[in-house]
Amino acid sequence: MRTMGLAGLDELVEALGRAGYEVFGPRVRDGAMVLAPISGVADLPRGVGDTQDAAHYRLRDRGDERLFGYATAVQGLKQVLFPSHELLWRARKTPIGFDVEEADATPPKPRAFLGARDCDLRALAVHDTVLASREYADKPYQQRRDGVFVVAVTCADPGGTCFCVSQGGSPKPQAGFDLSLTELLDDDGHRFLVEVGSERGAQILAEVSTAEAVAADTDAADALVATATASMGRTLDTEGLHDVMFASADSPHWDTVASRCLACTNCTLVCPTCFCTSVEDTTDLAMTTTERHRVWDSCFGARFSYIHGGVVRESGSSRYRQWITHKLAGYQDQFGLSGCVGCGRCITWCPAAIDITAEAAALRASLPATEEDLQTVGETR
Amino acid sequence: MTTTTTTPTVAVWKFASCDGCQLNLLNAEDELLDVAKAVTIAYFPEATRAMQDGPYDVSIVEGSITTPEEIERIKHVREISGKLITIGACATHGGIQALRNYADVEEYTSYVYASPEFIDTLETSTPISEHVHVDFELRGCPVDKYQLVEVISAFAQGRRPRIPTYSVCVECKRAGNICVPVAQGTPCLGPVTQAGCGAICPSFNRGCYACFGPQDSQNCHGMADRLMALGMTTEEMTRAYRTFNATCEPFQAESLRHERARKAGAEEVEA
Ligand code: SF4
Ligand code: SF4
Ligand code: SF4
Repeated sequence: MRTMGLAGLDELVEALGRAGYEVFGPRVRDGAMVLAPISGVADLPRGVGDTQDAAHYRLRDRGDERLFGYATAVQGLKQVLFPSHELLWRARKTPIGFDVEEADATPPKPRAFLGARDCDLRALAVHDTVLASREYADKPYQQRRDGVFVVAVTCADPGGTCFCVSQGGSPKPQAGFDLSLTELLDDDGHRFLVEVGSERGAQILAEVSTAEAVAADTDAADALVATATASMGRTLDTEGLHDVMFASADSPHWDTVASRCLACTNCTLVCPTCFCTSVEDTTDLAMTTTERHRVWDSCFGARFSYIHGGVVRESGSSRYRQWITHKLAGYQDQFGLSGCVGCGRCITWCPAAIDITAEAAALRASLPATEEDLQTVGETR
Repeated sequence: MTTTTTTPTVAVWKFASCDGCQLNLLNAEDELLDVAKAVTIAYFPEATRAMQDGPYDVSIVEGSITTPEEIERIKHVREISGKLITIGACATHGGIQALRNYADVEEYTSYVYASPEFIDTLETSTPISEHVHVDFELRGCPVDKYQLVEVISAFAQGRRPRIPTYSVCVECKRAGNICVPVAQGTPCLGPVTQAGCGAICPSFNRGCYACFGPQDSQNCHGMADRLMALGMTTEEMTRAYRTFNATCEPFQAESLRHERARKAGAEEVEA
């Protein structure tokens, strides 16, 4: 384990730049923490924290010098690696037919992400599984994903809507990074404990001034992780959750949620694991060029489930049921993992303050008490 | 589309309106030449004095019906048009002038005109679709020029227009905006409003005013509960749902519910 100071962090960003990366990091825009290109430590927020609750987000002054003192940024890595809108292909009319030109999503420079959290990395792993590990890989995603460099950061101050610990995560990044930093700020100064996660990470770190970490630093980091782990804003009871969700298929509770749900789609568009899209074709007025675009879509929209003859999920209750059941149960059967990493974004950014942890708890509470009963409900459904 | 060399004829009509939607067609400068190649603009007094007689393949109608004369005129337009497309909040939902539907028109006219006895007007402002069959309604106050060009090309090319009916939030999130009610406590009607404007207001840190009318899965009641949680009063709620699309059913139902509550002086709005 190594440590470095603020100057070391600047050297790290520079080293990534020299290695050809476009570096993304946290920045403040319109009163929120967003992921955007950065060129050095000067671009990073300093002493900025956040207050998050259902339908509530505010930045706050921490009164300290922390660079990574906020919880989650508004969006995860999805906005860059699986963007909201992209051209898939373009076709041009020729005298004898048409020519198809496929879009190339390979970025001009590979991307490095500074400040990714454990939930961001687990969400990335979900996208890797869903989009890139099955029989037909999503080519544009793969093109953007290949060569990504991750500098992860330990969460020092989890937000009011965070519940990653319930979902098998941790404030301390577990896997999927090239380098991982823990920001320490105490009487011994402002410094970063650095963990190496890959060969590439070691190579980049070799270009940065670091020192061997002392026991006091690793102890301080452990203490920070323990405090953060104990201060999750929310919890989700995952015991038998898969079965609870399917047994709740006919629960009257869906109508209660639907009376509040605005079918606005915000929850799905901020969720770092949601991957649903729609394609839109456009033709120019002269009818010589046509384009196929891919855009983020959502299971909360009516046309999302439109098939010949009509909309499959007409009611708000059926759409909320689809979303939460897929997240917390369906993914397991489909992909062998949970569709929720516990980042809390859907709770914070739902304008109706609907809370996935509270809804899951309400569904559980409305079911028969014993496990035997639960199984019977599941079987007779 | 047929292989003949003639392009479909288009006529543009005005009823009770401010002309803003027609102007948005003229504002589509980059596309206008292509539009003129794809269709024959046969009647468009706002743009040109050259006028061809009908019938027309496609009629584009701006404005609402507010006088007895307009009822007769829209019937005539329908008779001489192959397809009839209405554009803008006036034509699709009665427009801002439909606020008269909630007031005493005679009283209004007496305030506004020196000699109100010469004014021949209806009690209400109504959408075109209440009077004749409409083939497609394009929302907005004003309409979005790209959507307008899309609708015209779709009709010229004989396909369905690609006009989404989901919420403004979809466009807002795709644009990367920070949600104004969540991050600032600013009331925003985006969740109940149909997309199309490109989320202009939230892009400038303002709440959405619902110019494009209700989205296909609106929950105006749930929206009102949230806006009142952000501090809006029953009077403000009544007004929020009573702007450019005051006659559309879900907005009307909500505005009336809050108006009843205000008149009754009730603390709570009925469920
Ligand atoms: S469902 Fe909600 S908490 Fe879970 S990963 Fe998605 S946004 Fe985060
Ligand atoms: S749960 Fe919340 S964010 Fe999701 S569609 Fe419903 S109101 Fe919108
Ligand atoms: S700012 Fe308004 S339109 Fe945009 S996501 Fe938030 S509620 Fe929806």
